[in-house]
Amino acid sequence: MTMKFNRRGFIKKGVIALIGAQLGYLFFDSFKRKDQSDKDQKWFEVGPLSNLEKNTIYPYQSGQFYLSVLEDGGILAFSVKCTHLGCVIQAQKDGFICPCHSSSFNKYGEVMSPPATRALDTFDIKVKNGILMVNNQNAKKRSQFEKSQITYA
Amino acid sequence: MTSKPSKKSYGIFTTFLLHLHPPMVDKSAIKFTRTFGLGGINALLFVILAVTGVLLRFSYIPTPNQAYESILNLQNQTFLGGLLRNLHHWSAKLMVITAFLHLLRVFFTQSIYFERKRNWFYGLGLFALILAFNFTGYLLPWDQLSFWAVTVVSNMPYYIPFVGEGLSNFLRGGPDVDGHTLLNFYNLHTSILPLLFVVLMSLHFYLVRKAKGVTLENPEEKEMVIVMPNLVIRETLVALGLFIGLLLVSMLFAAPLLEYANPQLSPNPIKAPWYFAGMQELLIHIHPTLAILVVPVLFIGFLFWMPSQEIKRENIGKWFYNEQGKSILIYSSLLSFFFTFALVLINDYIIADMMNSLTPLLFGWIPFIIYILLTIGIIFFLKKKFKIDKFELFNALFTIIFTSYVVLSLISIYLRGNNMELIF
Repeated sequence: MTMKFNRRGFIKKGVIALIGAQLGYLFFDSFKRKDQSDKDQKWFEVGPLSNLEKNTIYPYQSGQFYLSVLEDGGILAFSVKCTHLGCVIQAQKDGFICPCHSSSFNKYGEVMSPPATRALDTFDIKVKNGILMVNNQNAKKRSQFEKSQITYA
Repeated sequence: MTSKPSKKSYGIFTTFLLHLHPPMVDKSAIKFTRTFGLGGINALLFVILAVTGVLLRFSYIPTPNQAYESILNLQNQTFLGGLLRNLHHWSAKLMVITAFLHLLRVFFTQSIYFERKRNWFYGLGLFALILAFNFTGYLLPWDQLSFWAVTVVSNMPYYIPFVGEGLSNFLRGGPDVDGHTLLNFYNLHTSILPLLFVVLMSLHFYLVRKAKGVTLENPEEKEMVIVMPNLVIRETLVALGLFIGLLLVSMLFAAPLLEYANPQLSPNPIKAPWYFAGMQELLIHIHPTLAILVVPVLFIGFLFWMPSQEIKRENIGKWFYNEQGKSILIYSSLLSFFFTFALVLINDYIIADMMNSLTPLLFGWIPFIIYILLTIGIIFFLKKKFKIDKFELFNALFTIIFTSYVVLSLISIYLRGNNMELIF
């Protein structure tokens, strides 16, 4: 098998390949999420666990999350971003509502009314010396609520 | 209005204009109602937008901290600065409308087939660019309106499987709307899009000339007149009228500017830019994957597929194809208007609640299926009543879909209040 190979064709193909590689790199690079979780995982310090009351939703505007404390003391941390189109949800008495397209969620983050189709994203929670901390850098996607997502102190 | 060209008027400017035009044109081609001057109006709007845009660049600072303030400075401290911004704003809005009307004119005079097929594609490209221009420009004031509208729209591609998220993050320069997004949009708005637009616009003009000008109803009955001054004077009149109208509107109505963008507070309700309002309304009713991916792909595919179809070369240039074309247009648009409106109400008040109580996962499939069935129903009705052929079928389908989009847009803009609930 012989390939047609002249100078003009070589340069032309080379240029196209380079541009293609560059565009492909740019495009696929944007898929990658910058994972900083290993190095300087920034934990947002919420405060003493004992201050939290059961069956309450706490807004942490500066941390971009909501804490939902359940009846049994289990805790969930939700991203403020609606899973529908990224608006900031507002806390209601017993759940959340999105002002943009009126999706609503319950205190477990489950969709109560569409157009949202996914449960709210969650953040990891840990308790250190009685102080509650939330990793608000890494939103975790989930399609629905499961018991394992709840943190018990 | 036939007169001989005077020698003096052949200045540099006129010879340039005459290069865009042929020396002689058919008399019926320059009748105002043949095209309503829409193509020319779009070209002029582009020039106005380019000039005002370049001037705006002298005062605008594309950073989240300073963008909003620089616009306040422009409006309050700069001589005629507000007028400049208003002129840019209203011209941009008008261009979406005139470009759409131009598209309708071309479509309903069958000017998208044969030698005009390629130009229809370029035209669709130009329309997409106009929307991209408007959307990227929408973010630049960095107020509550622009920030949240762009947040909502830039999250829409998430529903495209596999590539959606990458695409969103690529355009935004990250997972959130922030300084990177502003810089991206600014750069697109002021350099890349204008460049693409000029290239496509030149090709668009060139192909109009190559297709021997605008479509004419009876190309055999020719009565040629000299372009200068017969056509040029009409163009000048339309241009002057348009410019005076724009100036008046810009003096009377200010471009909107809400408070400084606050990424932690979504206003209630938040609405997409008006040309995407129909899309937003659609999102309330049907499943996001359908609304973002399936429906647009089908419709755009339909637009590109139509002119490749085998069609008899007849009635090219005749408004609405033939006499019953008008009736078909009226029937299909009225029927589409009423059933879209009714479907929105029924879905909002009955189906949505019913489905919610069952399972949210099934959200949005039923109204979509009902819509398709209704469309098929209308087509069958028209087929029986008018015995429509392929040409008329295209026209009817196109009319039904764009009427629905207009209805959805109007509902979203005027009938949605707090929490996106319907208000009357």
